Amino acid sequence: MPSPASAPAIDVVGLRKSFGDNEVLKGVTFDVGRGEIFALLGSNGAGKTTTVNICSTLLRPDAGTASLSGHDVVARPEEVRRAISLTGQFAAVDEVLTGRENLELIARLRRVPGPRTVATGLLAQFGLTDAADRRAATYSGGMKRRLDIAMSLVGSPEIIFLDEPTTGLDPEARIEVWRTVKGLASSGTTILLTTQYLEEAEQLADRIAILHGGTIIANGTLSELKTMFPPAKVEYVEKQPTLEEIFLAIIGTKEAN
Amino acid sequence: MLRDTSTLTGRLMKQILRSPDTIITVAITPIAIFLLFRYVFGGAIETGGANYTNYLLPGILLITIASSVAYTALRIFNDTSKGITARLGTMPISRSAVLWSHVLTSLVSNAVTAVLVVGIAFAMGFRPEASVLDWLAALGVLTLFTLALTWMSVIPGLTATTMEGAGAFSYPLIFLPFLSSAFAPTESMPGPVRWFAENQPVTSVVETLRALFEGRPAGDEIWVALAWIAGVGGLCYVLALRTYRRKV
Ligand SMILES: Nc1ncnc2c1ncn2[C@@H]1O[C@H](COP(=O)(O)OP(=O)(O)O)[C@@H](O)[C@H]1O
Ligand SMILES: [Mg+2]
Repeated sequence: MPSPASAPAIDVVGLRKSFGDNEVLKGVTFDVGRGEIFALLGSNGAGKTTTVNICSTLLRPDAGTASLSGHDVVARPEEVRRAISLTGQFAAVDEVLTGRENLELIARLRRVPGPRTVATGLLAQFGLTDAADRRAATYSGGMKRRLDIAMSLVGSPEIIFLDEPTTGLDPEARIEVWRTVKGLASSGTTILLTTQYLEEAEQLADRIAILHGGTIIANGTLSELKTMFPPAKVEYVEKQPTLEEIFLAIIGTKEAN
Repeated sequence: MLRDTSTLTGRLMKQILRSPDTIITVAITPIAIFLLFRYVFGGAIETGGANYTNYLLPGILLITIASSVAYTALRIFNDTSKGITARLGTMPISRSAVLWSHVLTSLVSNAVTAVLVVGIAFAMGFRPEASVLDWLAALGVLTLFTLALTWMSVIPGLTATTMEGAGAFSYPLIFLPFLSSAFAPTESMPGPVRWFAENQPVTSVVETLRALFEGRPAGDEIWVALAWIAGVGGLCYVLALRTYRRKV
C-alpha cells in the first residue's frame, strides 16, 4: 500500500469504455502502489488491453479517470508518457534491425545519454549479448519478448505495462520471461501486467485484480483472495485452494446472482 | 520534432538499405510498361510527331510513384500490426515525427527509383530540351506529387486489416495514367472517356511534365496540376493526421 503522502503509481477510478454498443469497461477502479507488481487477471476479451491502452494514453476513456504517477491521462498525456512504458500484447520489435539497434533506437528517442552503453547493459541483463548483432527476425519467440521488455526498460520509466507478456510462448520461454519480470521487481519499478493465466498472476504479482464482466470483481493479495473462497466448499478442501478455484468460485457466485 | 523525425527516418532507411531489391521491384512493372509502349504499341500511336520516349516518360514516372507509395502503406501497416506504432505512441516523442519519418523515407526511395527510370529512359532515346529551371520545376512537381500520394498511402497503412488491403489503394492510382494523355493523345478517345481523361488530375500533371522536359512553356496546365496536387494532398494530409490521432 502506498503511503498517503505519495500518489499511487496508478490510480484508476470508474473507468468506462464502449466500442459501439459493446460495453467493455463498466466502471473499473483499482490502484497500484509504487514498486508494486500488480496483475490484472481476466479471460480473453475481458477488457485487459482496453484498460492498459487507456492507462498508456492510446485510448480515451468514455468516463472515469486514470492517473499515472499523479498525471491524468487525458489532461496531461505528455507527462504520463514520460513516466510509463508499454510492452504490448505482441512483441513490438523492428525485425529488420538487430537487437542492439532496437535498443539504441529507443534510447535515442528517449534522449538517454550513451545509447550504446545502455544497449550493451540491457542486452547482458536479458541474456541477449550473443544475439546482439543479429536481426530480430532470427530471434525465437522468447528472445523477441525479452528484447521487447528490455526496450521498455530503456530510460528506466517509473511504470511498466506488460500486456499478456507470455501469451503465445512455449513453457520454457514463459519461464524465462517470468524470471525477467521477477528480476524487475527488485529494481523498484511499478509493473502492471495482464494475464489470462492464474498461475502467472500467482507467480509474479504482489496483488491481483480480477476483471470480469466489465468490473473488478476481486482485488487483493493471493492470501486475501483465498479467504474469499466460499466457505461452503471448505468442508472437503484440506489443501489450499488454487487461484483457479478462487477465480471460478467468484465468477460462479457473481453469475449466479 | 526534427531530431525524433531523423532518428525514426534512420530506422526506415536501414530497413530499405537491407532489402534494396524493393526499390528495383517497384521499378520493374513501370519499366516493362515503358518498353511495351515504346517498342510494341508505339508505332501505332500518333502523337503528332513528338519523340515517343519523351512522350511516355511523364506517365511512366507517375506509375512508378504510385507503385512505390504502396510500399509506404505496407511499412506503416507492418509497424501498426506489430505494435510498433502503438509503442511509439506511448513514448515521450513528437506526435508527428512518426508519420513524417515514413513520408521522408518515401521521398528518398522515390528519388532513387526515379533516377533509375530516367536513366533507362535516356537509354531508350529520351532527349529532353529542358533548361535548368525547367528541370527544377519538374523536380518540384514530381516531389509534390509524391508527397500527396504518400500522405494518401498513410491512411490505408493505418486502417487496413490485411497486408493486401493496405496496398490495394494503389491499383486505381496505377491505372489512372492509362485513362489520361500519358500514352496517347486524348483526341483519339471516344466521348465520355475523353471527357474523363481531359479532366482528371493525371493529364494535367503529365502535360506539365512533358512541356517542362521539352523546354516548352507549361502554360496554365502547371497551375491546374498544382491545384490538383495541393487539393488532394492537403485533404489526404488532414485525413491521415486525423486517422493517426484516432488510432494512437
Ligand atoms: N478498437 C476496438 N474496436 C471495437 N471493439 C474492440 C476494440 N478493442 C477491443 N474491442 C473489444 O473489446 C473487448 C475487450 O477487448 P480487449 O480489451 O482486447 O480484451 P482482453 O485484452 O482482455 O482480451 C472485446 O470484445 C473486443 O472485441
Ligand atoms: Mg488483450
